[in-house]
Amino acid sequence: MAEYSAFSLLKNALTGNKDWKPAWRKPDPKASYDVIVIGGGGHGLSTAYYLAKEHGITNVAVLEKGWLGSGNVGRNTTAVRSNYLLPQNTRFYEHSMKLWENLSHDLNYNVMFSQRGCLNLAHTPAQLDDYARRGNAMRHLGVDAELMSVDQIKRLVPALDVSGSARFPVLGGLMQRRAGSARHDAVAWGYARGADRRGVDIIENCEVTGFLRDGGRITGVSTTRGEIRARKVALAVAGSTGRVMQLAGISHMPIESHVLQAFVSESLKPIIDTILTFGMGHFYISQSDKGGLVYGGDLDGYNSYAQRGSLPIVDEVMSEMLALFPGLARVRMLRSWGGLCDMTMDGSPIITTGPLPGMYLNCGWCYGGFKATPASGWCFAYTIAKDEPHEFNAPFTLDRFYRGLVIDDKGQGATPRLH
Amino acid sequence: MSPRRTETGGRIDRLRTIRFTFDGATYTGHAGDTLASALLANGVTLFGRSFKYHRPRGLLAAGVEEPNALVTVLRGEVREPNIAATMVEIYDGLVAVSQNRTPSLAWDIGAINQLGGKILSAGFYYKTFMGPVIGPLKGTRFWMFCEHFIRRAAGLGKAGTAPDPSRYERMNAFCDVLVVGSGPAGLMAAKAAADQGARVILADLEANFGGSANWSGETIDGMPAADWAQRTVGQLAGNDNVRLLPRTTVWGYYDGNTLAALERVTDHKEVAAKGEPRQRYWAIRAGTVVLATGSFERPLVFPGNDRPGVMLAHAAERYANEYGVLPGQRIALFTNNDSAYRSALALKKAGAAIVAIIDVRGDVSNEMRKLASEAEAELLAGHAVVATEGGKALTGLNAQRFDATSGALSGDERSIHADSLLMSGGWSPTIHLASQAGAKAEWDPARQAFLPPKPTQRWIGAGAFTGSFSTVEAIAEGRAAGLQAAGGSAPLASLPFVEAAPGDPDPAPVFEIKAKGKSFVDFQHDVTAEDVRLAHREGFVSVEHLKRYTTLGMATDQGKNSNVPGLAIMAEALGKPIPEVGTTRFRPPYTAVSIGSLAAERFGDLKPERLTPMHDWHIANGARMYSAGLWYRPMIYGLPGETVEQAYVREARATRESAGIVDVSTLGKIAVQGPDAAEFLDRVYTNMFSTLAVGKARYGLMLREDGLAFDDGTTWRLGEQEFLMTTTTANAGKVMQHLEYFLDVIWPELKVTVTSVTDEWAGAAIGGPNARAILASCVTGTAVDNTTLPFMGIVHGRIAGVPVMICRLSFSGEMAFEVYSGAGYGTRVWEALIEAGKPFGLVTYGLEALGTMRIEKGHVTGAEIDGRTTARDLHLDWMLSKKKPFIGSAMMDREGLIASDRLQLVGVVALDNRPLNGGGHVVEALDEANPHDSLGHITACCYSPALGKYIALALVKGGKARHGTRAFVSDPLRNRFGPIEIVSNHFYDPDGSRMHG
Amino acid sequence: MLITCPYCGPRDVIEFTYQGDGNRERPQPASQDLDAWTAYVYDRLNPAGDHNEIWQHSGGCRAHLRVVRNTLTHEIRSTTFARGGHKAEGRS
Repeated sequence: MAEYSAFSLLKNALTGNKDWKPAWRKPDPKASYDVIVIGGGGHGLSTAYYLAKEHGITNVAVLEKGWLGSGNVGRNTTAVRSNYLLPQNTRFYEHSMKLWENLSHDLNYNVMFSQRGCLNLAHTPAQLDDYARRGNAMRHLGVDAELMSVDQIKRLVPALDVSGSARFPVLGGLMQRRAGSARHDAVAWGYARGADRRGVDIIENCEVTGFLRDGGRITGVSTTRGEIRARKVALAVAGSTGRVMQLAGISHMPIESHVLQAFVSESLKPIIDTILTFGMGHFYISQSDKGGLVYGGDLDGYNSYAQRGSLPIVDEVMSEMLALFPGLARVRMLRSWGGLCDMTMDGSPIITTGPLPGMYLNCGWCYGGFKATPASGWCFAYTIAKDEPHEFNAPFTLDRFYRGLVIDDKGQGATPRLH
Repeated sequence: MSPRRTETGGRIDRLRTIRFTFDGATYTGHAGDTLASALLANGVTLFGRSFKYHRPRGLLAAGVEEPNALVTVLRGEVREPNIAATMVEIYDGLVAVSQNRTPSLAWDIGAINQLGGKILSAGFYYKTFMGPVIGPLKGTRFWMFCEHFIRRAAGLGKAGTAPDPSRYERMNAFCDVLVVGSGPAGLMAAKAAADQGARVILADLEANFGGSANWSGETIDGMPAADWAQRTVGQLAGNDNVRLLPRTTVWGYYDGNTLAALERVTDHKEVAAKGEPRQRYWAIRAGTVVLATGSFERPLVFPGNDRPGVMLAHAAERYANEYGVLPGQRIALFTNNDSAYRSALALKKAGAAIVAIIDVRGDVSNEMRKLASEAEAELLAGHAVVATEGGKALTGLNAQRFDATSGALSGDERSIHADSLLMSGGWSPTIHLASQAGAKAEWDPARQAFLPPKPTQRWIGAGAFTGSFSTVEAIAEGRAAGLQAAGGSAPLASLPFVEAAPGDPDPAPVFEIKAKGKSFVDFQHDVTAEDVRLAHREGFVSVEHLKRYTTLGMATDQGKNSNVPGLAIMAEALGKPIPEVGTTRFRPPYTAVSIGSLAAERFGDLKPERLTPMHDWHIANGARMYSAGLWYRPMIYGLPGETVEQAYVREARATRESAGIVDVSTLGKIAVQGPDAAEFLDRVYTNMFSTLAVGKARYGLMLREDGLAFDDGTTWRLGEQEFLMTTTTANAGKVMQHLEYFLDVIWPELKVTVTSVTDEWAGAAIGGPNARAILASCVTGTAVDNTTLPFMGIVHGRIAGVPVMICRLSFSGEMAFEVYSGAGYGTRVWEALIEAGKPFGLVTYGLEALGTMRIEKGHVTGAEIDGRTTARDLHLDWMLSKKKPFIGSAMMDREGLIASDRLQLVGVVALDNRPLNGGGHVVEALDEANPHDSLGHITACCYSPALGKYIALALVKGGKARHGTRAFVSDPLRNRFGPIEIVSNHFYDPDGSRMHG
Repeated sequence: MLITCPYCGPRDVIEFTYQGDGNRERPQPASQDLDAWTAYVYDRLNPAGDHNEIWQHSGGCRAHLRVVRNTLTHEIRSTTFARGGHKAEGRS
């Protein structure tokens, strides 16, 4: 396959772009594989990619019920950061960050990861101390973090209202400069292409309808395109975890599926050059390379598989946006959508062997799964290949709830909508 | 008279001239004009530049779907970018500027991008800019360097930074029938429903009701359709049960038949009338919705179809019939269906020459041939346009023989001189709202269009929305829908009689003419037919992949023009029928919605402010306020020239030396009443409350169900069956919901009610060696001596004649009392206490001094009960009753919650006598350059006047075992490093002799 | 989304607080069965379809309601008081 480069672009332009090949094949499923990954989203595709790349396991199928990347990898606000409070999370997301920093080269696919920083605004002295605690925790793990003064923030984001007269005045903020945003679809396509060229079969429009068993062991899946056997069956289906686990006879999980809305404005000339979060509510915003403001807020707050949001959250998000940017009242919201979030009871993910023999589980990404895409696949591939977790995902077990080893970055307890 | 304005016709008022500017040049138009129609009348052909190639563009449409003519409207410093010129009604003094061009619309340096045309194909950015693998530009640096320039080149209009002074308003409305769209179908529906007595709302996004009746040139009930529409609107306006909403776009169809709409109240006015908002956001709960949203005409895809002067056929008809403007003098039409013939005739009647009608169909019906000859147009049946000519305006086109079945071109190209080319590629029903409501659209092969799905919510379709494109059908369906929506039965009166041009609603399935040159599918985003085919070659074949890979349909028109042609081209490449490529699910909003309108009244007023009863007194007496959640609380009462530290040290020292008073009204207060109140509290708190005597208070701790600490506070037993619970300020709401949940869902058998009384009571805490003496000097009706009011005792009395409840309890560690009075008397009691304290040097103190004294005592607050700590972590295990189960008791001893390396509460003393910072970390070995191995963090810190040292509370791994050891504070964020000693959290008066007195 | 509170009538979802899966059973208070407690505190039924859930009318009468709601369509099938008693007709 032709490598992507400026040279290949030029060469193809001269021949009318007739010679570009499909980014990935569209094979029919084989009767059996070493590993089946259920879920052709970011995490499933990156799992397959790292299985092939890091562990030499290439007899792999990724099964996607719809079109590749149709889940949350294509329905998020594309923030990439590792600014967590608790060390288990920070270590994992920092590993992800390091993979992100070289991802375009690794995949030979420009995922447009742009490290324009992520700034959490603080509005009370207590909140500033809270952010300092988190920033210092990051620094003690070798992760970049700094506090920004109001003056620095004003220079970075001139459109932001930093006047003392705001209802919640900005007192400072926690900045992670290495954080940033990426082109979400490109991540799915880049991993798909990378996995495909290493021999992985990516099979779209193939919905899993049941699990094949030998005694208690999972030995494959039945699908809308026939039965497929595998030594190992790995789930990376995010918001559909409940539905797929039900097919395996497991009705209860420490997960609720919630809808999270996101919004894009019409395209504007550059006005916000970082990712910004509001400290007195749930609001975050960045600006895409095409110029659209990309922003969102809180979960709608109830179980849903509808990928459809409700009006009160729309109003809330826009109100918070204008509390920070009173100059944007005449900018217009162009698109909205709803993503399906697999919210766990402590806000942290699950990457583990089991819970059934022959099964491997990757889920519980809440609304932070996009930034985890590289490390999630990397750790899951390790776990599948070695039948034990890597130290980065060792804390993300399913039994941590029973054992009291929860990883609760927000301290909200077993109320998923609050994480 | 401007060159393109017709002598008569249209809705504009030729007697009223309006002046406005576009890109600095002054123009005139008439009342009733849009910016688009007025500029067109002035001979303007160039309206905008495209997003990617910066190609010159003119008007494509006359309505909301316009993709090219985007402008920024200026009102002083306030900018409104990306508005379609077709939707801007002109007013005197309107200032509009074009966008995405440097330096000017006519000369745009960005047009250089056109040279890179073939390289800048779909997927361009994914295939390059990765940069070198090593060296200074490795990692993401090369991309970010390039991206800097890409970002500056991208983007349409420029947003303003000046705050918008406008007001936005929200209305909640309820109706039996909401009719969306006011064409013949919508008018009939509204009329039928209103006649049945239903409460009706009729909304239309245009300024004038009537829809296609305003420009179709048809006759209804013997009068021009536009007049019939105005008559019907007049009848509706006279009904009390009808609300008419012009300029109102229904943009969202949400659950429960809730629809969101945006009314542009004053955007068309030079000056808003007093009290008028700029825009009004309607949340409409409708019994039934009638969707009469009409349809969009589709462009045809052929080389040069984006040249200024190429326009949709019906748009030209609208400009001629509604605004009295001709898009050109020599007009050619290019069509795959019958509707363009009516357009040709309308333009002929308005005064233009129709030079040719080019129809892809070889077998044009006799009726259409007759219309063509009436228009005196040459009919080129079985032909297609293969090229257009001109720069910033069209000068001509080339047509060639075309076979509609095979798509093959043959014969010589024929050049036709024309200054306007109108196209019609068939019609797509406007099904967006129905799709938003939850179901999938269905492809109709005859209409070559997606028709609305079966309703999943309570809506009924009518007219072109359903694929019934004729006015006769629209009128019949509209009335039927209105009747059904209102629950009425068929009336006897006959339907209005329509005289309309004939026409077959089914187009030829031709979407693209494949010839040499760039053929545009998505105009604004410059997506060409070749881009779609490239996406196909690279495997991006599902509809969503096509959109995302090429950006087709992602522009401000959201695919209203490009969706179906794009799908058709992909379907052809795949050799599959269109529906197998997929259908797009539409999501809100139907058209872009201002963020100000959505925030409505909350623009500038995000959250309510909670003020204590004594708030004004605090302000009047020099308090600097501190925001705590929604509350405002005094931080310090600073004296002139004092720093914050000097102020709180003075306040805390004076309290410990004599007496101080603090406003504690924000504490959560919950009345817990009923026969089972004591039993309930035993279950809720970790410690016993059933053993508490009436007239006494007790400190209590609550856990969550998962065994972690939740909240703490004192609860007072006011009677056998009556308790007053206090909670932390931050958790007041959460604790209330927690209690209600258990009473309603888990233990409905308990006879207990809980009532939030936070706002009913004002609270003042007065503490210090002289506190009792001060109280004694102003309280009547009770003694406050040690016998009458022992530690944790409660008495009732009066201060300044106001009934008060006094509990002797202490957060500061001093002999202290909390005095509660009715909220309305809070300031009176507070002032009486201040007055009584004067002889004793009583000080008022704020949160900083409060925090200082609690740190000295080692009490915990939200900084330590942070949702991750246990009772044991905070040395509160003495409060965990072993005599009874309580919420959290079964889960609190899990292995992870009793591990020895957990963070535990300790005290910290700065050994370098410098201030500590909240959020600083604690380490065993200092490494300023590469901090590592954090043991924990500081939760709260202060200068302790009692100890004369900088001290802090901290959560540290294995904390208790470290008492008496040295460590370091490591705070790289604020560059604060230094030695500390870890000690017990009880710094001051550990045996409590001062408060027990 | 509109939820019909048996006291207050149909009200917008903004007035309500979601309290999650209504099928969970709390063990007896004195139970030391950690598996049962874990299941109660952490495990949820998360169906794609009709779901029995608890909502509080926190912006209204503050009653807790047992609501059967479809998680695919958001249609509400029924609403009753969590304590039992009156039943309101379901309206979506």
